Amino acid sequence: MSAISERLYRRRRVINGFNLIVSGFCAAFGLFWLIWILWTTLRTGLAAMKPALFYEMTPPPGSDGGLANALFGSLVMSVAAILIGTPIGIAAGTYLAEFAKKKAIGEVIRFVNDILLSAPSIVLGLFVYTLVVRQVGHFSGYAGALALALIVLPVVVRTTDEMLQLVPSQMREAALSLGVPQWKVTMQVLYRSALPGIMTGVLLALARISGETAPLLFTALNNQYWTHDLSSPMASVPVVIFQYAMSPYESWHALAWAGAFVVTVFVLLLSILSRAILLRNKVSND
Amino acid sequence: MAADSATLALPAAVIDAKRRNARDSRADSLFRWGVAAAGMFVLLALAGAALSMLWGGREAFSTFGVNFLFSTDWDAVNHKFGALVPIYGTLVTALIAMLIAVPVSFGIALFLTEVAPNWMRGPVGAAIELLAGIPSIIYGMWGLFVFVPIMGEYVTPWLNDYIGTWPVIGALFRGPPLGIGMLTAGIVLAIMVIPFISSVMREVFLTVPTRLKESAYALGSTTWEVVWDIVLPYTRSAVIGGIFLGLGRALGETMAVTFVLGNAHQLSASLLEPGNSIAATIANEFTEADSEIYRSSLIALGFLLFVVTFIVLSVAKLMLNRLSRQEGAT
Amino acid sequence: MTDIQFALSTPLVSAAAAAPTVASEAPKMAARNLDFFYNGFRALKSVNLDIAEKRVTALIGPSGCGKSTLLRIFNRIYSIYPKLDAKGEVLLDGENILDAKYPLNRLRSKVGMVFQKPVPFPMSIYDNIAYGIRHYEKLSRADMDARVEEALRQGALWDEVKDKMRQSALGLSGGQQQRLCIARAVALKPEVILLDEPTSALDPIATGKIEQLVAELKDHYTIAIVTHNMQQAARCSDFTAFMYLGELIEFGATEILFTKPTKKQTEDYITGRFG
Repeated sequence: MSAISERLYRRRRVINGFNLIVSGFCAAFGLFWLIWILWTTLRTGLAAMKPALFYEMTPPPGSDGGLANALFGSLVMSVAAILIGTPIGIAAGTYLAEFAKKKAIGEVIRFVNDILLSAPSIVLGLFVYTLVVRQVGHFSGYAGALALALIVLPVVVRTTDEMLQLVPSQMREAALSLGVPQWKVTMQVLYRSALPGIMTGVLLALARISGETAPLLFTALNNQYWTHDLSSPMASVPVVIFQYAMSPYESWHALAWAGAFVVTVFVLLLSILSRAILLRNKVSND
Repeated sequence: MAADSATLALPAAVIDAKRRNARDSRADSLFRWGVAAAGMFVLLALAGAALSMLWGGREAFSTFGVNFLFSTDWDAVNHKFGALVPIYGTLVTALIAMLIAVPVSFGIALFLTEVAPNWMRGPVGAAIELLAGIPSIIYGMWGLFVFVPIMGEYVTPWLNDYIGTWPVIGALFRGPPLGIGMLTAGIVLAIMVIPFISSVMREVFLTVPTRLKESAYALGSTTWEVVWDIVLPYTRSAVIGGIFLGLGRALGETMAVTFVLGNAHQLSASLLEPGNSIAATIANEFTEADSEIYRSSLIALGFLLFVVTFIVLSVAKLMLNRLSRQEGAT
Repeated sequence: MTDIQFALSTPLVSAAAAAPTVASEAPKMAARNLDFFYNGFRALKSVNLDIAEKRVTALIGPSGCGKSTLLRIFNRIYSIYPKLDAKGEVLLDGENILDAKYPLNRLRSKVGMVFQKPVPFPMSIYDNIAYGIRHYEKLSRADMDARVEEALRQGALWDEVKDKMRQSALGLSGGQQQRLCIARAVALKPEVILLDEPTSALDPIATGKIEQLVAELKDHYTIAIVTHNMQQAARCSDFTAFMYLGELIEFGATEILFTKPTKKQTEDYITGRFG
């Protein structure tokens, strides 16, 4: 190699090395924030945890208490959202995968669904506010559940669509060639085959709505007291965290951290669980 | 079998079969209608969201007209509202987020696809994705109680002293050492958005055919050169799509920004000053809005946000689709 | 002596000694002037083929010749896909099954199909067999057990699974899964069984078992089998149809087609000049 090309080659090597090292720093950068955020939340949150969290109600300003009503409210509204959003989501996903796969309408629905998936959740909250809260005249747990259901819906649609498309076409054909009608084939054979994947989608949706604050702000609002009446405003953990964190009271801050701890742990567990389900199914199917 | 079917060829069996066929056809039609209706529901949901906000914001739009977009008014008492401050805040924080997130995401994607040893790729990739799963309110809490104090105590004064003195650019970095502000919000947004962009980039980098990369290596290219000259151009549409996806997220993010932006209705050049974003404004003020025009203005803001994110996300999807179509063709 | 001729001299087919001629009775199924289009492309050209009752008819030919396409018309499984169209007639016991008025479920209860890749349903072995039956008949527990056992015996699988009927079918080996699929098809007591390259995904031992099974099944069912393995066709079938580029080139008794083919293309294919 001539001196010039050797210099050139060395320069390229240096640039290469430099960029690869920088990329390593980027990864470390990302991990740094993750660890910092998780560490802070878990540590501060754990310190603020106490059994009273689960049986005392959210307290008035300045005093101490628990998050029982907020935990209950979150639980009830999340379950309701899943119950509303999942059947519609599975049905729509079935439509996309089984009936509209190559058609234009299928592409349009997929496109719209993906937009709904990434749309700001505060927008969905405003939608339910205008549609439900304005009409009915007051905030309610139903409205909150509905807003959350609108977040669950696109996740389930997408997961169902993808999972059904993964089922080999020969399984469909095998069932149909027995003379079994399409609706039975879909519900009894295809869903069974795609079930682990669809369940994962539901778990992911649940993880997502557990931490959502904005859509609840003007649908379910908040409630200082315990209620199991969904037609009245309901407390939820994220909204309480929001209210308490922005306040000047120390006791409220502590409760906010405890709430943050509970939410974070819950979301992490759901992520691990859904990964485990997917992994276990991949192994048994191979 | 032939003997069996002869004895079974009684009218009853035939009627049974006919009835079953009819029942099956009816059930199939019902099923088809049901799932199609669910599919339409998805369309209705989006259309409903758009229309309802347009409807809710109509009073604001009709009262203020186009000026709504350019006015910095925000007077609840005199009922004068303008969207410029929130729009400005939204755009600036998103821009800062993208300026940080795009190169970092690219670095992470590069690391995970080309540099990291195989055993590292899974765990590190999963860890980065975990960032995406953390609810934004957690980012908000951490941002407010942990990050803001550090920004206020160390970073802001440093910026003030060292870059704040520069001509022109200095104006961006002069502000009170509060820690809250557009820069802080931009950084927090960047962290939130990094996992989205990097995971899209990583996915598409992996779709580049090995043959293409191998022929470049065979010519003596370095890893960096292969990525910059071959992989990036090949995946260009999808990379842009991923960036737009992150942008859409950054524009619409509510809680993380609300905690650290400061919620001040002021327009300032400095990034270290508090400001406001569309989502933060709505989140903070909606339940306190005491007049129709106030509420309508907030909903109008929501509509604007929706339109902007709709456009950004549509562009993202189109870009991402382009690559998958290109893949399908090859 | 070619491989084929050797294969013919050691028949697995028990009735090969009877050296059947082209069936003089009415065929169980027949294609008449059958054309098939997908996306406008004419994949089958004026096919006329008889499938003799209670005999095994093999469809052979190089890749893309249309043999699978033809088989899949016999139970109209193609109808679930868009842009596929068949013109002409396909007769089952004299009735045209391509007629829109011919009920699809009736066709599918009379004509069963086994696919290339074993596709057990994600259910127990018992439920796999019972699934189809349950759609047609309401049987008591004892009757259903008997039907399932009968089907599994016919599929030569009973002895291997009788103690694990409640276990998932996904735990069976490839060959066992394929026999399960065959048992699933015969459970409905069809009249015709279509086999689309049933052994191409299986190892030689499993293949042998399935070929044996085909020989036993032909006493009760009319069988049409698509295979890309000529030796298999020679071993198992009574009649063979050779197809090329969507046309039926030659049809006849297996022994005769393989030893004294009348068309040059047939001879070229059989002797391996193209594959």
